[in-house]
Amino acid sequence: MTSRDVIAGRVDAGVLGLVAMGGALGSLARWACAESFAGPGPAGGGFPWSTLLVNVVGSLALGVLAGWMERRPAAPWWLRPLLAVGVLGGFTTFSTYVLDARGLLAGGHGDVGALALVGGVLAGAGAVVVGLAVGRRAGSRPDRRTAGGAG
Amino acid sequence: MTVLLVLLGGGVGAVLRHLVAQRLGRAGDGWRAFPWATFAVNMAGALLLGIVAGAAAANRVPHSVLVLTGTGFCGALTTFSTFSHESVRLAEGRRAAMAVAYVVVSVAVGLALCALGWRLAPTA
Repeated sequence: MTSRDVIAGRVDAGVLGLVAMGGALGSLARWACAESFAGPGPAGGGFPWSTLLVNVVGSLALGVLAGWMERRPAAPWWLRPLLAVGVLGGFTTFSTYVLDARGLLAGGHGDVGALALVGGVLAGAGAVVVGLAVGRRAGSRPDRRTAGGAG
Repeated sequence: MTVLLVLLGGGVGAVLRHLVAQRLGRAGDGWRAFPWATFAVNMAGALLLGIVAGAAAANRVPHSVLVLTGTGFCGALTTFSTFSHESVRLAEGRRAAMAVAYVVVSVAVGLALCALGWRLAPTA
């Protein structure tokens, strides 16, 4: 939420538009990724690679963005609603993550299901840690446009 | 057609997640530091996707409904990136116990709600 929202005490229509647009595009990318993975699926005991991939890539990207924005308080206000909330929130999914595991457990593939559950949270958290480090490092570098002429 | 359904469901789901975050997303001390907003949307999405996917598996709803409400809406209503980010931020902020509790409870309850939804889905 931007400071404008706090002052106005309401939800900005522009913010909602950015969230909707980002969420739609992120979801489409997630769907395209799932479509491109041909496999036995959870019911057949196949590991849910597509869900893991989108969740890890999305967590890594959110870490980079959040780390960078920590170091850049003057970052454009629309980055968070469009990319963090919209695109990456829509791209990653928690519901399919547990649905995949449910299918694996119900199909008698409890070992693969447990691996998908545990591996998903560990890989997601690890991706955020790496992303935050990269983003903070990038955000800490002096901006050539503004820092150049001070001396 | 499928593309439009994913776009529509995804846009609406993301907006609803954002609105819930604005209502419940005030970080505070103690249990108010728990990421209730993300927890709420992830649990709701897990239950709903269980119902829709269960109904689709039993051929009770057409594939387009699964794409619109499952892939689009539930997929975007729930989020894994913010879930991961929040768990790392809790651990960074010396709330390791809450970080572990957040992850374990989210996964356990989310899986249980998804399985419950699948059972509640109309099959005949």
